[in-house]
Amino acid sequence: MTLLELFLSFLQIGLFSIGGGYAAIPLIQSQAVEIHGWLTAEQFLDLATIAEMTPGPIGINAATFVGMRVAGLAGAASATLGFVLPSLIIVSLLSWVYLRFRQLPMLQSVLASLRPAVVALIGAAGLRMFLQVGFGGQLDIARADWAAIALFAAALFGLRKYKMSPILTIALCGAGGLILGLLGIIQ
Amino acid sequence: MERSRGKRLVTLFFSMLYISAFTFGGGFVIVTLMKRRFVDELHWLDEQEMLDMTAIAQSSPGAIAVNAAVLVGWKVGGFAGMVTAVLGTVLPPVAILSLISLFYAMFAENRIVALVLRGMQSGVAAVIVDVALGLGAKVLKNRKWVHNAILAAAFAATFFFKVNVVWIILCAALVGVILALAERKGGMAK
Repeated sequence: MTLLELFLSFLQIGLFSIGGGYAAIPLIQSQAVEIHGWLTAEQFLDLATIAEMTPGPIGINAATFVGMRVAGLAGAASATLGFVLPSLIIVSLLSWVYLRFRQLPMLQSVLASLRPAVVALIGAAGLRMFLQVGFGGQLDIARADWAAIALFAAALFGLRKYKMSPILTIALCGAGGLILGLLGIIQ
Repeated sequence: MERSRGKRLVTLFFSMLYISAFTFGGGFVIVTLMKRRFVDELHWLDEQEMLDMTAIAQSSPGAIAVNAAVLVGWKVGGFAGMVTAVLGTVLPPVAILSLISLFYAMFAENRIVALVLRGMQSGVAAVIVDVALGLGAKVLKNRKWVHNAILAAAFAATFFFKVNVVWIILCAALVGVILALAERKGGMAK
C-alpha cells in the first residue's frame, strides 16, 4: 500500500501548494518527514538542494526523489502522478473557462488588469535572482561576485541586442562559469 | 490536416521537453522560456494570451510549469495537446531526479557540475530580466495610468513587502472587476 500512500500524499501536496515552488516546500516536509518518515530531516535538506540545482518544478523533483527512495520507479511514478493530477483537473477547467469566456467585457477587464501585475511579478523574480547570483541575496557591494555579475551583463546584452536564444545563452553561461572556475576567478 | 496536427503535437512535445530540461529555478523561468518559444518563435499564442495563462498558472494549485503546460497544451492541441505538453514538461525532471537519487553523493561533490550550474544561474537571471523588460516597456507604452499603477504597486508588493503572489493576483483582478463595473455604469448613464 506504499504506492497508494505515496500517491495520496503527493496529491495533497499538489492540491494545496498555491503560488509556486516555494509554497510546496513546507507541505513536502510535513508529508515526507513528519507524517510518513520517508526522509530524515537531513535527507530533506539534500532534497531541497538537489531541487535547487536541477531543472524542473520542486514538487516533481520531490515526488520523484521520495518515490524512488521508498519504492523504486513505481514509487516515483505514483508520487509524480499524484502531484500532477490536481493541476490537470483544476487548470483544465480554468482553461476551458478562459478560452470560452475571454471575450466577455468583464473577463477582458480583469485580464487587462492582471497583465501588468504578472509583468511586475516576472520582473521582481528576475531581480531577486540577479541579487542572489550577483550579491548572495542582498545588495551589498562588499559581497558582490563580479564574475557572476559580468556573466549576467554579457548574457543580458546578448539577449537584448542580438536576440540570442535563451537556452543558448544559458548554456554559454554554464560554459563561462566552468572556464572562470577553472581559471580560479570564481570559487 | 491529420498530419499537420500530429506534427504540431510532436513540436509541442519536444519544445516542452527542451524547455523543461533547461529550466533551473522557479516557475517564472519556464514561463519566460515558453513565451520566447510559443509567442516569438512559433507564433502559436499571442503575447496577451501568454500573460493571461501565466496569471492563471500562477494562481492555481500545483507547479507553475505544469499548469502553464496544461493551458498551452489545451490551446494548441485540445486534450491530446494537454497530455503531450504535460508529458514533455514532466519527463526531464523525473528522469534526472531518478538518476540523481541513485548517484546523489557523487553529484553533489562534483566541482565541474557546481561551476557549470553557477554560470547557468547568471544566464537564467538575465533571461528573466530580458523578458520582463520587453513586456514592461509594452505596458508603459500603452499609457494607461491604471495599468502603470498596477505594475508599480505589484512590483513594490512582491519585491519590498513580500506579499503572497496569490493576494497580488486577486487584488489586480479586483481592480479589473471594479473598472468593468464603473465602465458599465458610465455606459448606462449615457
